[in-house]
Amino acid sequence: MNDALTGGIGLKPQHFVAAHECAAPGLWFEVHAENYMVEGGPRLAWLERIRASRAISLHGVAMSLAADSVPDAQHLEHLAALAERIEPTLISEHLAWSTWQGTYRPDLLPVPRTRAALQRIVDNVSRVQARLGRRIALENPSHYLTFDEHAYGEVEFLVEIARRSGCALLLDVNNVHVSANNLGYAASSVIDTIPADLVAEIHLAGHSEDPKHGAALLIDSHDAPVAPAVWALYERLIARIGPRPTLIERDENVPAFDDLLCERNHAHALLLPLAEAA
Amino acid sequence: MTGELAAYQDSFAAALLADDPLAASPELQRLVRQPGFAVYRNTVLKGCIDALQANYPTIVRLVGEEWFRAAASVHARQHLPSRASMLLYGERFPEFLAAFEPAAELPYLPSVARVDRWWSEAHVAADSPPLDSAALMSLTPTRMAAFGLQVHGAARWGWFDGRPIYTLWSRNRDVDAASNGPVDWRSEGVLLTRPTGPVLCAPLTRGGVALLDACVAGASIEDAVVAALEADRDTDVAALIRQLLQAGAFSRLRPIHPIHIQD
Repeated sequence: MNDALTGGIGLKPQHFVAAHECAAPGLWFEVHAENYMVEGGPRLAWLERIRASRAISLHGVAMSLAADSVPDAQHLEHLAALAERIEPTLISEHLAWSTWQGTYRPDLLPVPRTRAALQRIVDNVSRVQARLGRRIALENPSHYLTFDEHAYGEVEFLVEIARRSGCALLLDVNNVHVSANNLGYAASSVIDTIPADLVAEIHLAGHSEDPKHGAALLIDSHDAPVAPAVWALYERLIARIGPRPTLIERDENVPAFDDLLCERNHAHALLLPLAEAA
Repeated sequence: MTGELAAYQDSFAAALLADDPLAASPELQRLVRQPGFAVYRNTVLKGCIDALQANYPTIVRLVGEEWFRAAASVHARQHLPSRASMLLYGERFPEFLAAFEPAAELPYLPSVARVDRWWSEAHVAADSPPLDSAALMSLTPTRMAAFGLQVHGAARWGWFDGRPIYTLWSRNRDVDAASNGPVDWRSEGVLLTRPTGPVLCAPLTRGGVALLDACVAGASIEDAVVAALEADRDTDVAALIRQLLQAGAFSRLRPIHPIHIQD
């Protein structure tokens, strides 16, 4: 991504006008690619209009790269068509699966980090990159389950996929925090070790406590402002790896555009001195 | 190791929406017994219900959010999405409502849901400029048999016998536009179009529905007008054509080529 990009905002249809009019320096937008995989209409027209003055990142949630099958050909064609139309600055996806045996489950489902899974994911990422003719970034999902079958640590697995497929990584700091909390390890084990050269983008979002299990089980719900603990991890991360385009994600309880802009401006203010020092 | 990941995904998928995930996939008991497994179950179901709620806002308004989400939950368990984009999820929801026992007291619900579905389809249909009325006006009456009207790709329409579906839908689709006046319980037709920008909605006469149906079936303009008059002999053809042109229901004039069958 362009070095001038600082804090970005996940773009919502109710914010199209405000987003288009906003003049904040370094601002960029990200959309879920699936929400724009349409033939036409006002939604796509707005995205093109905003793209004319702002960088756009396409963030896929449904390529199902960790499914033990090749990516859905039609879905990949839709993504390629959208990328051709929008010319995004970055395309990203998740280390997860969702489509299986022709049925889509709207979630980022987990896989055991085995050698077989590694091979399959590397192969799928490579296929997607070959079709798109460009590098994608792979995001670490939130974890809620402990697998006995893991043969790799999380960072080791992400790095191995990136090295073998040539993809970059999208580090979601909230997901790191949520996963570390839920599975009982130190978030610093990820934040302090993820290789700087692989990180193309950072995500920040809010989380919530499970209604039944409380703080022992945090949900990556994207329904609240970024938590202080996540901001602290973020500062620690960028102090080590340097500035990266950083997205504020919000998918539930979506507030006014200006509220998201405030959070985004905070990221911008943290990134700016690092960018100037670089 | 081949097949291990696939077998895991078969089991995980089976347990996700099962009433008893442990019974559905006993081989996953180490995962299913962890509190975190419910997070995936909840998220998948919530994702489907949220998408249905977004795609059927008029039904939500008519039955209330609680009733809707309960019905959507039943539907989601029966019909998980087949596509990864949720913008058009719920294709079978109108038919589901028609067969859904608790909805039997509201027999108009499936028809209203059908219009919500048309709105979603119109909203994301391919962009194409509507037919310029001047092109049609330039045709001499004798040419009306040689040309048909190509219906715009975003246009959706239908006739609802005995039910004021246009009134019910338009009053409840947009909360701000809601009106509380009495509903005249009669048959109504609905036309949705999207010539440029937003989706437009208008009432459509029985003759208008017949005319558009005939156009889609490949009729000439002349035959389409005959179909409209056959459906309702009081059809004001000039007013109807004007309404359809203004709404952007057509995309272009289409020459009719007679088919010559050779022995």
